[in-house]
Amino acid sequence: MFAGPGVKIKIKARKSAGWLPWHDFLTVTGQNDYPHGFTNELIFYQFMEATGAEIVVRCLAEEGVEFVFGYPGGAVLNIYDEIFKQNKFKHVLVRHEQAAVHAADAYARSTGRVGVALVTSGPGVTNAVTGIATAYMDSIPIVVVTGQVPTPAIGLDAFQEVDTVGITRPCVKHNFLVKDVKDLAATMKKAFIIAATGRPGPVVVDVPKDVTYHTTDFEYPATVEMRSYSPVVKGHSGQMKRAVQMLLEAKRPMIYAGGGVVLGDASEQLAELTRLLGFPITNTLMGLGGYPATDRQNLGMLGMHGTYEANMAMQHSDVLLAVGARFDDRVIGNPAHFAREQRRIIHIDVDPSSISKRVKVDVPIVGDVKNVLTDMLALLKQAKEKPDVAALNAWWTQIELWRSKNCLKYNRNSPIIKPQYVVEKLWEVTKGDAYVTSDVGQHQMWAAQYYKFDKPRRWINSGGLGTMGVGLPYAMGVQLAFPDAQVACITGESSIQMNIQELSTCKQYRIPVKVVTLNNRYMGMVRQWQEFFYGSRYAESYMESLPDFVKLAEAYGHVGMRIDRPEDVEAALKEAFSPALKERMVFMDFQTDQTENVFPMVEGGKGLSEMILAEEL
Amino acid sequence: MSRRHIISLLMENEAGALSRVAGLFSARAYNIESLTVAPTEDATLSRMTIVTVGSEDIIEQITKQLNKLVDVIKVMDLTEGSHIERELMLVKLRAVGADREEIKRTADIFRGNIIDVTESTYTIELTGAGSKLDAFLEAIDSAFILETVRTGASGIGRGERSLKV
Repeated sequence: MFAGPGVKIKIKARKSAGWLPWHDFLTVTGQNDYPHGFTNELIFYQFMEATGAEIVVRCLAEEGVEFVFGYPGGAVLNIYDEIFKQNKFKHVLVRHEQAAVHAADAYARSTGRVGVALVTSGPGVTNAVTGIATAYMDSIPIVVVTGQVPTPAIGLDAFQEVDTVGITRPCVKHNFLVKDVKDLAATMKKAFIIAATGRPGPVVVDVPKDVTYHTTDFEYPATVEMRSYSPVVKGHSGQMKRAVQMLLEAKRPMIYAGGGVVLGDASEQLAELTRLLGFPITNTLMGLGGYPATDRQNLGMLGMHGTYEANMAMQHSDVLLAVGARFDDRVIGNPAHFAREQRRIIHIDVDPSSISKRVKVDVPIVGDVKNVLTDMLALLKQAKEKPDVAALNAWWTQIELWRSKNCLKYNRNSPIIKPQYVVEKLWEVTKGDAYVTSDVGQHQMWAAQYYKFDKPRRWINSGGLGTMGVGLPYAMGVQLAFPDAQVACITGESSIQMNIQELSTCKQYRIPVKVVTLNNRYMGMVRQWQEFFYGSRYAESYMESLPDFVKLAEAYGHVGMRIDRPEDVEAALKEAFSPALKERMVFMDFQTDQTENVFPMVEGGKGLSEMILAEEL
Repeated sequence: MSRRHIISLLMENEAGALSRVAGLFSARAYNIESLTVAPTEDATLSRMTIVTVGSEDIIEQITKQLNKLVDVIKVMDLTEGSHIERELMLVKLRAVGADREEIKRTADIFRGNIIDVTESTYTIELTGAGSKLDAFLEAIDSAFILETVRTGASGIGRGERSLKV
């Protein structure tokens, strides 16, 4: 078929829109032979035909992807070439593939949309695995597109070849190896559907290099049917009735809300239910912000470093409503000890395999948390019975007694900076409205305990895998998603060094995150365990030869601050978050008390109510 | 109380599907006694039979985790109801002189078929529940056994109890 003059105009229009030879509707063959422009008579075109690389890029655009976090390499060069030619989404060049996945993960956690990362084959993939496993453990929806060696080379130990599908299988919700370009568009669609629905999770799409230059007709399907994949959406009505009945009969009720509430966007429904019932509530580490922390009914976080009142109420409740939580070892401690008290348990979760995994439950409800809570609210409003007010009052009296222990108190008159104080001040200076990312360790627990999250998706941390090094790339992902928001990364001098290279990415894209380093010159949590359980033998937990973080930040083109005295903490934070530094990345190095420990603490293997409190030492 | 269970499942007949199931069992430290897999009459589907041992809680987790695999369409614990189970075994035996008659008689008793004959060997095909195959091997002098190969159990529900898409 010969192209008429009309087509020529169409191509020019695309060019002017910045889409250069990325022809939306046609592929022109032979154009390279005619450097002076298109010759009408010799232009052949086929409707909708595209290369695999174009398809990948166009699928991402069709999904409304804003950012692709990635790092180029041989196997993905064709894809990068197509990225170069488009302007629908922005590519963010990280300095290490692990950070690409973390940033995509944080984008997903903070926005609720699917995050996207793009890495090359071999080492690109193995570097990304930590990020993928981190997202998997916390059920975060991301799609990771990985390059692969050309299909004829697979299995021949080709340069930069790894079995990506094999390596990632245990830490993805699903993965695909696309061997035929004809399957590419449908596979991309499936990846986005699987990542975002049901219990969310990471999906890897492995694309061999030859597939990226093979061509096929391109059409992005609006949806793809998968007979083997149909997550439960609505809860079972009979079970919900039983649950509501059980809640109304409770004498010592407790609501235990996890990350599923945040991921399932069910905070409003949870708050309405909790307030309607007047029950106490606790959030897991992953669930922080799912119910306002400053609300009186919230007993704070529970678990290994949970509050005294939350853990005691959890242990001594007679009816427990678990919402989007999974009774993991850091939350309920020893399950045998937990089972010593008699209680009836209602468990709402989108994933049936999370129910009765570690703790037997009485009323399992499988379904989307938001739907289930909405339906239960309706049932509750219709119910003739009301909660037992007298019993509830007695229960609250007991809880207030536990609360009066004031388990999060610490020495405020210390001449050395207390890490808790820094977090409290950060909360004040940011008016409790910042997005806070953290790394893993003591600082993570202090952030969780002392920054009162009133909104969901504000607290971004690696709960399940406990990945040191996530903090800075997490902050990047969040700040890019919310350019005007205050974003703080609470970290330690050990964690921050695990992805410190991303300071360079922050410079390139002018990402003005504020790094709050609680620098105690130790891997604090390791040191704490060594102090408690290993006779204070601090094996390899002292961070020798630290860099001068101020100079390091400056070397990367950022603002560095070192804070040594408690009286300077607030001023430093205020300056960092001041309009003058709004556009700047600020690295604050707080020299904190080396001996401070995280309390309360439930030792591994102990029961939830067997806490060590600060005053007991 | 640990019990033997036969779990049947239908999954997409795609490359890597088997490794997802095998990987799940090893990652979560579940037992596999045997695992068989082959396409069904619908070539897009594979049917797998897994024999495993575990407590009720473990078996519940196994079926839930299998159901969670994106490629898995349906899962059924055959041992929860009435079912039939069969396994195929091929045994190659040293068969010379008077032993030839003795071995043939034993094979007949177990309803085995001799499917390959040489001057010095018989190869016998035997189907049945695993316990029957075990019994046959016990009935034969172990010195005669040159080689055995077993498929692992396949199972199917009785009557109307079917595993269909």
